[in-house]
Amino acid sequence: MASGEEDGAVEEKETNNKKKRTKSAIAIAWLTVYNIAMTAGWLVLAVAMIRFYLQKGTHRGLYRSIARTLKFFQTFALLEVGHCAIGIVRTSVIVTGVQVCSRIFMVWFIASSIRQVQNQESVILFLVVWTVTEITRYSFYTFNLLNHLPYFIKWARYNMFIVMYPLGVIGELMTIYAALPYVRRSGMYSLRLPNTYNVSFDYYYFLIIVMLSYIPRKKFTPIVHHKTTLFAVSKIISEINVHMCKLYIYIL
Amino acid sequence: MRQCEVEILDAKTKEKLLLLDKVEPIATILDIKSMFHKSNQRWYPARQSLCLDPKGKPLKDEDVLQMLPVGTTATFYFRDLGAQISWGTVFLSECIGPLVIYLMFYFRVPFIYAPKYDFKTSKHWVVHLACLCHSFHYVKRILETLFVHRFSHGTMPLRNIFKNCSYYWFFAAWMAYYINHPLYTPPYYGEQQVKTALGIFLFCQLGSFSIHVTLRNLKPPGSKIKKIPYPTKNPFTWIFALVSCPNYTYEVGTWMGFTVMTQCVPVAFFTVIGFIQMTVWAKGKHRSYLKEFKEYPTLRSPILPFIL
Repeated sequence: MASGEEDGAVEEKETNNKKKRTKSAIAIAWLTVYNIAMTAGWLVLAVAMIRFYLQKGTHRGLYRSIARTLKFFQTFALLEVGHCAIGIVRTSVIVTGVQVCSRIFMVWFIASSIRQVQNQESVILFLVVWTVTEITRYSFYTFNLLNHLPYFIKWARYNMFIVMYPLGVIGELMTIYAALPYVRRSGMYSLRLPNTYNVSFDYYYFLIIVMLSYIPRKKFTPIVHHKTTLFAVSKIISEINVHMCKLYIYIL
Repeated sequence: MRQCEVEILDAKTKEKLLLLDKVEPIATILDIKSMFHKSNQRWYPARQSLCLDPKGKPLKDEDVLQMLPVGTTATFYFRDLGAQISWGTVFLSECIGPLVIYLMFYFRVPFIYAPKYDFKTSKHWVVHLACLCHSFHYVKRILETLFVHRFSHGTMPLRNIFKNCSYYWFFAAWMAYYINHPLYTPPYYGEQQVKTALGIFLFCQLGSFSIHVTLRNLKPPGSKIKKIPYPTKNPFTWIFALVSCPNYTYEVGTWMGFTVMTQCVPVAFFTVIGFIQMTVWAKGKHRSYLKEFKEYPTLRSPILPFIL
């Protein structure tokens, strides 16, 4: 009787292991296809941008020409949140979610909806940064999944963000800042009083809060035990380091 | 009686922090913490976490030395919990803030709304009612903190006071701004809606108070024995038959009443977020009840009867 139960248990374990292995194979296949597609998509974007600039000689109208493709591939990246949620990619759902949402916000709620900022240089700046970062990132994932990682991709992945991250932040911040006067004047995406639900929303102030949120967060608990400012300064520096590392880990 | 030796090591670095000899076997963990405090003034007992294992669960203050699985030489691992603050202090500051802040908006203190509205109260009677209800709710909470609640843990980490106060104070300001705004729109269904909502609000406030009193009467002062709460003669406590944490249930009900009464989205937000947080707490409490008592009634749900 006991051995019968045991046999049953062993059999169940084997099918479970087989299920796990098959699931991983499907997951790997899907992720490979996904990452190849995204690499290709961002390459297409890069090529389109270069072609436009070579043909027209100006960046005016560049955003409009690539807007649809950008919207498609950037929005498609929402799938990555799903990947984390079901566990086939080992990253925090929240970190991925925040990153993808901030990109989608820039594309849909700033660049695409506020026409007047589309010809700003800052838009080109963040577009270039995003393109370089995403091509590197997705090709890195693709090569990893295929177990053949060229050194230069690995190098690019771990080193370019040092330059790309601040440049991207500058591009995005400058774009939002440029959008502010138009938002204020048009009152877009805003809800005023009086209304039946007694709530209001001001997109202008919301954007200002968004800009402030780019500052690396430092917890403002009073540093009671540390009397010297030197210690406080070193704490701030280590906090910035932690933030850089978190981003590093995210990109990983 | 044989005396014991107690050694306290740092949980992370394993360095020897203190060696106490001649410790009575009937000494409690709290006694040992007090002795540790005497030699390290910085670490008062509430800040100390002593465990038998570097990665283990902290020992309770009332645990007696001779009842623990240690020989005549006990080794404890110490972890600093950080600056602590008493629960009572946190609760009071959480509640006094919203009380004062809401009244500032109600009386239209300058620099909030346009100058022509300064110190003039709203013309809608529901706004006066809402102020009464909101203030009543927080006064009740303050009085309960002072006279009814018995906190099982003495303290919590200091940073919690900033977190908790920011949450309560921010939402109080946000909802008070709209309810007391000159352009406030009264509820769509008028008097009927407000009266129904007031009924729900008062019912749930009475319920909440009954539950708090029942929980207080569960154990005599100073006793740390856990007991299962049961329905009493008070009808408001009959909900114990279906729910583990009816205090949270009644609290959600209170805020739903207030939302309907004021018909204000920020209040709805506050209600939803509060509901989510209280559900998490209720589930945790329910789980600990189930772990502690094998005869725990199976009909009970954490916060919503049969649902959640």
